[in-house]
Amino acid sequence: MPNETTRGSLNMETETNTLLDSRVPSGPLEDKWENHKFSMKLVNPNNKRKFDVIVVGTGLAGASAAASLGELGYKVKAFTFHDSPRRAHSIAAQGGINAAKNYKNDGDSVYRLFYDTIKGGDYRSREANVHRLAEVSTNIIDQATAQGVPFAREYGGLLDNRSFGGAQVSRTFYARGQTGQQLLLGAYSAMMRQVSAGSVELHTRSELLDVVTKDGKACGIVTRDLLSGEVSAHSAHAVVLATGGYGNVYFLSTNAMMSNVTAAWRAHRRGAFFANPCYTQIHPTCIPASDDFQSKLTLMSESLRNDGRIWVPDAFDDSRPAHEIPENERDYYLETKYPAFGNLVPRDVASRNAKNVVDQGHGVGPLKNGVYLDFAAAVERDGQDAISAKYGNLFDMYESITGENPYEVPMRIYPAIHYTMGGVWVDYNLMTTIPGLYAIGEANFSDHGANRLGASALMQGLADGYFVLPYTIGDGLADQLGNPAVSTDDPVFTNAVSAIEDETAKWLSINGTRSVDYFHRELGRLVWDHIGMSRNKEGLEKAISEISALKEEFYSDVRVLGSADTLNLSLEKAGRVSDFFELAELMAHDALKREESCGGHFREEHQTPEGEAQRDDEGFAHVAAWEWNGAGSLQTRHVEQLDFENVTLTQRSYK
Amino acid sequence: MSEVITVNLKIWRQEGPDKEGHFEEHAQKITTEASFLEMIDVLNEDLNNKGLEPVAIESDCREGICGTCGVMINGQAHGPRKATTTCQLHMREFSDGDQIVIEPFRAGSFPVIRDLVVDRSPFDQIIESGGYISVNTGAASDANLTPVPKEAADQAFDAAACIGCGACVAACPNSAAQLFTSAKIAHMGSLPQGQPERWKRTESMVGTMEEFFGSCTNHGECHEACPKEISLDFIAFMNRDYMKAKIKNRALSGQR
Amino acid sequence: MNQTTSQRYRVKPIRERRREWPFPLNLYQTAVGRKWVMAATGIGLLGFALIHMIGNLHVYEGPAKMHEYAEALRNLGSGILPRSLVLWLLRLGLMVMFALHLHSAITLKEMSRKSSQSASFTGGEKKYEGGREYIAASYASRTMRWTGPIIALFLVYHLADLTWGWWLGDDFVPGDPYHNLYSSLSRIPVAIFYVVANMALAWHIFHGAWSMFQSLGINNPKYNHLRKGFAASFAGLILLGNLSFPIMTQANLIDEDERLCQVNDLNSNEEVLACLTKQLEDH
Repeated sequence: MPNETTRGSLNMETETNTLLDSRVPSGPLEDKWENHKFSMKLVNPNNKRKFDVIVVGTGLAGASAAASLGELGYKVKAFTFHDSPRRAHSIAAQGGINAAKNYKNDGDSVYRLFYDTIKGGDYRSREANVHRLAEVSTNIIDQATAQGVPFAREYGGLLDNRSFGGAQVSRTFYARGQTGQQLLLGAYSAMMRQVSAGSVELHTRSELLDVVTKDGKACGIVTRDLLSGEVSAHSAHAVVLATGGYGNVYFLSTNAMMSNVTAAWRAHRRGAFFANPCYTQIHPTCIPASDDFQSKLTLMSESLRNDGRIWVPDAFDDSRPAHEIPENERDYYLETKYPAFGNLVPRDVASRNAKNVVDQGHGVGPLKNGVYLDFAAAVERDGQDAISAKYGNLFDMYESITGENPYEVPMRIYPAIHYTMGGVWVDYNLMTTIPGLYAIGEANFSDHGANRLGASALMQGLADGYFVLPYTIGDGLADQLGNPAVSTDDPVFTNAVSAIEDETAKWLSINGTRSVDYFHRELGRLVWDHIGMSRNKEGLEKAISEISALKEEFYSDVRVLGSADTLNLSLEKAGRVSDFFELAELMAHDALKREESCGGHFREEHQTPEGEAQRDDEGFAHVAAWEWNGAGSLQTRHVEQLDFENVTLTQRSYK
Repeated sequence: MSEVITVNLKIWRQEGPDKEGHFEEHAQKITTEASFLEMIDVLNEDLNNKGLEPVAIESDCREGICGTCGVMINGQAHGPRKATTTCQLHMREFSDGDQIVIEPFRAGSFPVIRDLVVDRSPFDQIIESGGYISVNTGAASDANLTPVPKEAADQAFDAAACIGCGACVAACPNSAAQLFTSAKIAHMGSLPQGQPERWKRTESMVGTMEEFFGSCTNHGECHEACPKEISLDFIAFMNRDYMKAKIKNRALSGQR
Repeated sequence: MNQTTSQRYRVKPIRERRREWPFPLNLYQTAVGRKWVMAATGIGLLGFALIHMIGNLHVYEGPAKMHEYAEALRNLGSGILPRSLVLWLLRLGLMVMFALHLHSAITLKEMSRKSSQSASFTGGEKKYEGGREYIAASYASRTMRWTGPIIALFLVYHLADLTWGWWLGDDFVPGDPYHNLYSSLSRIPVAIFYVVANMALAWHIFHGAWSMFQSLGINNPKYNHLRKGFAASFAGLILLGNLSFPIMTQANLIDEDERLCQVNDLNSNEEVLACLTKQLEDH
């Protein structure tokens, strides 16, 4: 695919106000899902085996969907580019998973979870989707517990909950600091059970490189076997993308090394609209980069801010060690600026303020790229034992990475990209704009609006995979009964396969001077500087031209060695980075076009006098979904208007 | 504090599963702040710039949880630091001029794919043979209907912390996979939800394990190599359950 | 068309699963079961080692008591069963345990070798060029397959020497263990061999007596810390007792000079035994 004639740049865009059909059912909010489940067409149990479904990705969303669809009787093919389905990055989620169980009797309810999620998303998500998410949240906990997920328990043997990410109720279920790992192992084992039963066909080390459509409908995918290099076609009646988010466009993020946008992006190139790419989430408490070779960033639980005090030296470029800086020469900037919330202001506020002080030259650490998170006062107040009981494992992790003991030296933290709310546009059935192609989990855009609440990512991935997609996919399949899947001998497949073979051959033939990683790192720097925590028109325009220039350099100067018929990690990466380039351009356009600040998208031109995000509900209470119009031509910005029938839009304030 | 050191790397290179392998030596300058894998990243970039093929090495989360990374570093799985995966190992563990021998995890059932990458799929086969609790989506009752003693839940978690990296097999002189298999058996066998299939699961998973791996001689090397410090007690748990599984008449399990 | 397991994964099993034998023979088909057999026979052999050592302490009571102990063993159950039957049954049991212990050890080692074989690039054993830094594995656990054969060889020698009298020749008096023991252990090379072999035995027990708890699944975090201590004390006890015999003989504390029934003074073995029996009765 990527040759000069087909890989064009997005130099313009047009806008249409054609409203996208979200297919949200009518009726009262709380009855929508119930009614919809009844109105959807069903596939007879005996007919389910006549349908092939491809699930790409085996993280929380993918594994849970593959397992559930297999149990229903569909013939599922599951694909992962990892060596084992258990390695997906869902595994790294630490904090927990929300569910409106109200086990704590503190007034939680489906409606409250719904409301908090809508509000947390800064009123940029679809009410009906979010309410459904809150409804099924309770089933997830039941399902996971039955699978043997060892959630934390109280002495009475019942499940424990904690309050997370500033929520007013305790609704977060957790398994020490490894909730994501345990939930993924649950979904993975459920899927392996179906693999054993023969209803799920597992393909490991197979990377999706194209989505194939025929007559406008998704009919299969093209994958490359990462060990043998063999490119092959797989056909099905429906294709499900569960391929995660695109945070790695920043190069440095808390995402795993292999996380990428390729599957979603190639679906986009085949006609799936890509929604709200500018909505990216920053996590304020990550360990800053330590050198130029930094390969990724590590997140530490936000709970640290409950007891740590954030400060920087008053002086510019102060190189004294922390303990030599007297109290009156320290700037506890969050406590000064936000007396009510202090160090506990929301993620985006804490992040932006950290960026501001570092940009002004107050940064700390060898590279002057962090702020202090100081536990000295907490240790003095509560004693080291109490602090160690709360944060022992996090302190150990910090020490093993930085070599500094946080009991003695203040921690250094800096924000990092953590999650992407944007993604493939889907309707209420989780179907993309390509009929037969679905997107679930972080890969879609649907439930978090402009900002995601803590402990909601796991919830959404599993809700989609276990309890939403298995119902809605039947509605799309019922009509296809009797139609065999398109043969992989069909020209649509053979052409796609040879295009991918050409693509791999092309990477190997460029033979430039710089590695794929070099270009990825440079791209990441541009995206972080201009489409990072805060954005402005000038920077975004600069980003568009610089990304485009770098992209041209990439296509002409990258050096990929080795061959296509063995494991070749740089070759794999080349394709992924080229997709990141195109995505980065779209992110810039999307951010430029969204002339407001909301959630994770902060436009410096649009802020309140206090420096807070200033939404424009009149002009931008909508989803922006971009349509690929072929290489080299402009992408169209489609708009899905968001209607808020149940909640009133309000402005946040943390003063 | 950070300093720049030069380490002498001796790295296993092998073009493919059926190819002959050999060691390749490189001197690498690196800051002690870098992680071990970042040191390899830098090496690879240098190799790439020189027109030499980069070393194939796997990693993903680089947070010590996904279990993708793992190499033998100076004869120790995941290197010298206790309870640490390769990705969490930092160069401050080494000194200027140190020789570092880097080899793939070795076992008969972990064939080398390329350089330092091995195929650990037998672990998936062990899980597939019974490492699950059979509950269809939607069939679960309310989570709090079955209380689980906190101690049992904690023990199950200790076992479930396994990341499936394969260090136990690599470190074992017998190439046995007892620690991995027993962790999964003990995780599910400790919980009430796991009881109905407990004996069948144990028998089946042990059977599959033995198709691929060696026999445990209770050296304890696996526990030392394990980045999650999975306890040897789980191996005893599995052995006990295995005997019970063979002896029990399961038709009588409904009778007291 | 469903995928078969072998299509799904690139790594194929090293060994095939065989048809299951009827219970309890099926236990012996798997490595975990075979380890269990090894541990169970290990317990039997440990019991033997302990009783054998304690019984032999009779040597310090003099030739007559030693003779009485030997007779007592032969007379086990003799009120009901023919003389020596129980002893022979015990011997048979020991032999079976020994054979099973040995067979399972050899076959399990072979299994592990096969599982590591193709991993090796230096041939045979699993090796890492970076050296293998043993952290947990004790020297004892790694030398089981050397101490084992030493013990087996020693056992054969021990039987040939003191039960069958191959090397003592005319000096061998069946039924007078005190004399035979003294004659054998008073030779310095033999004494040294006994010391070495018993150190190997203790070494073997040191790992084995801990390892068997694991293999049998006898495990309780409350008492687990006692298991290694138990193994060490058991090994130490056996070592102490067994080493005392060659050492005491060499130190002339086991000595035939003061003996009432002097083997050299009497004409035949029967006379020696009759003398010993009489001496006991007089007592």
